[in-house]
Amino acid sequence: MSTQATPLIEVDNVSKYFGSVIALKDVSMSVDRGEVMCLLGDNGAGKSTLIKIISGVYPPDEGQLRVDGNAVRFTSPRHALDAGIATVYQDLAMIPLMGIARNFFLGSEPQRGWGPLRRFDTARADRVTREELAKMGILVRDTSQPVGTLSGGERQSIAIARAVYFGAKVLILDEPTAALGVKEAGVVLRYIAQARARGLGVVLITHNVHHAYPIGDRFTLLNRGRSVGTFRKSEISREEVVAMMAGGEELDELSHELEEFARSDRLAAAELVESARNLAQEASAVREDTAR
Amino acid sequence: MAVTSKAAGPGNVTVDERVARVGSLRRLLVRPEMGAVSGAILVWAFFAIVAGDRGFLSLNGTANYLVVSAELGILAVAVALLMIGGEFDLSIGSVLGACGMIVAVLSAQHGWNIWAAIAASLCFALLIGFINGVFVHRTGLPSFIVTLGMLFVIRGATIGLTRRETGRTQVGGLAKVDGYDAAHKVFASHVEIGGASFSVAILWWLGIAALATWILLRTAFGNWITGVGGSAQAARNVGVPVARVRILLFMGTAVSAWLVSVIQAVTFTGSDVLRGQFREFYAIVAVVIGGTLLTGGYGTAIGAVLGALIYGMVQQGIVFAGVDADWFQVFLGAMLLAAVLINRFVRNRAVGGVR
Repeated sequence: MSTQATPLIEVDNVSKYFGSVIALKDVSMSVDRGEVMCLLGDNGAGKSTLIKIISGVYPPDEGQLRVDGNAVRFTSPRHALDAGIATVYQDLAMIPLMGIARNFFLGSEPQRGWGPLRRFDTARADRVTREELAKMGILVRDTSQPVGTLSGGERQSIAIARAVYFGAKVLILDEPTAALGVKEAGVVLRYIAQARARGLGVVLITHNVHHAYPIGDRFTLLNRGRSVGTFRKSEISREEVVAMMAGGEELDELSHELEEFARSDRLAAAELVESARNLAQEASAVREDTAR
Repeated sequence: MAVTSKAAGPGNVTVDERVARVGSLRRLLVRPEMGAVSGAILVWAFFAIVAGDRGFLSLNGTANYLVVSAELGILAVAVALLMIGGEFDLSIGSVLGACGMIVAVLSAQHGWNIWAAIAASLCFALLIGFINGVFVHRTGLPSFIVTLGMLFVIRGATIGLTRRETGRTQVGGLAKVDGYDAAHKVFASHVEIGGASFSVAILWWLGIAALATWILLRTAFGNWITGVGGSAQAARNVGVPVARVRILLFMGTAVSAWLVSVIQAVTFTGSDVLRGQFREFYAIVAVVIGGTLLTGGYGTAIGAVLGALIYGMVQQGIVFAGVDADWFQVFLGAMLLAAVLINRFVRNRAVGGVR
């Protein structure tokens, strides 16, 4: 259909203002088929605003959004969904008290029968759910099992399987590994890799570089509403990503912790605090360098 | 189930994690209405022992409490769907009173054919349900408050308008109006079974319960109800028309109140402005005893049927037992508390999972 030259989604110099607050300023980003694009940034960097623009929650104030090279203007999440952009939110992906199959088909139930006897084809829903999850490597014995009894990773995985089944071309994942343990996060990352292997474009939003780096093909870093830059994996090391994105925060946190210790051991800790501050400065120096 | 999990084999972390959980869960959480089934059996056995020799066990006794159950049960089934959808409707008692009065005043006072009066009151009920739904959806206010306001507005207007129109608070004389005989057949006739006469209201009750169960379990709309009640935001994200679901559910409860009002008006050949008072609370009690969660997203129509059955058995059973009827409310309140404790336990089992 289209070549590598036309990305699945292109965000072109997009800005978004909330009153006097500049949430996003001239941010550009793109996602290709079969690619995982990681969107990285600190809290308040504008990640959420950017994905909400892509997923149709609100329109950009400036700039353009292109899907398959055509400019689009989404008016609702449903609109974006119809254009093949599916978003899996961290907490709002599934309804805990509902069964797996009912969750899977919620809003898009297969039906059979005519007129007033038109009904939810539960047998087909069960079968398709089972098959689709099996394709992702999840084996379900009882599709009426409440989703709430599944682990966080399984829930995310099912949400991903659902988006893939309903024809998503682009999958936006909002912090899919945030609340998960190490193993669980690994499971979810594997499903992301499978979605990529099926030719989907994936936008992965995360704080966690250790999850983003192994799976990501490209990295877009945001800082205070502006893009710091987009890098191929070959152009940037894990350490540089850490330094650019979370470096300041993590090291500030460290110096704060050490200040706590200082109450009991002032002298020794003072040195540590000092060195942590130095580290933070170095980190921001690296960040500025790379930005240039 | 165990066989499949073994066949799944190694290499899949998710499999072995789930096996044990399903096992224990299955045993505890068979169906949401299981508590109500055992409750109904217990209550029946209790009154069979205490009042069995005084007519509770006879067919007439059974017909007696089933009417009470049916008139509440019709409301409870509709309220169950609404509560599974995550909302409350406290206005149904007033809608019941208003609809009964509309039928009585239009036909007995203004000479309308009773069917026309019944149709007019149906339109009124649909309108109130629609207003409730739109109001709750648009403002995002808790439906508890919105419909509580509606409860007083409609009750007050019913009393005020009836008094202005007729100078009284009770209107009778329905038996003489056009079309009454046919209406009586549909809404107030009795079926003789083994010498006891069973009210046709029981059939309405069971029919509506069957319809509600079918909607809930076998239609897309039913899936939407559960989804909206479980998480309106998540349901909206996957494209469920949340507004339509809510509005239709409120219209459903209003129509259930209309049906009961017509059954009562035709049975008693008249109406009273206070008819239906406190029905909204008894309906919620029946629904909760039936295992539906107050927080929405979980429950069944069958549970509401059982809750209403328990309500009828307790109310009439106490009379059969010769106990002062004042104690009925104590009994009912205690059952409600027991039911919510069981429900909480069930819910924790269901969502307990890993998180």
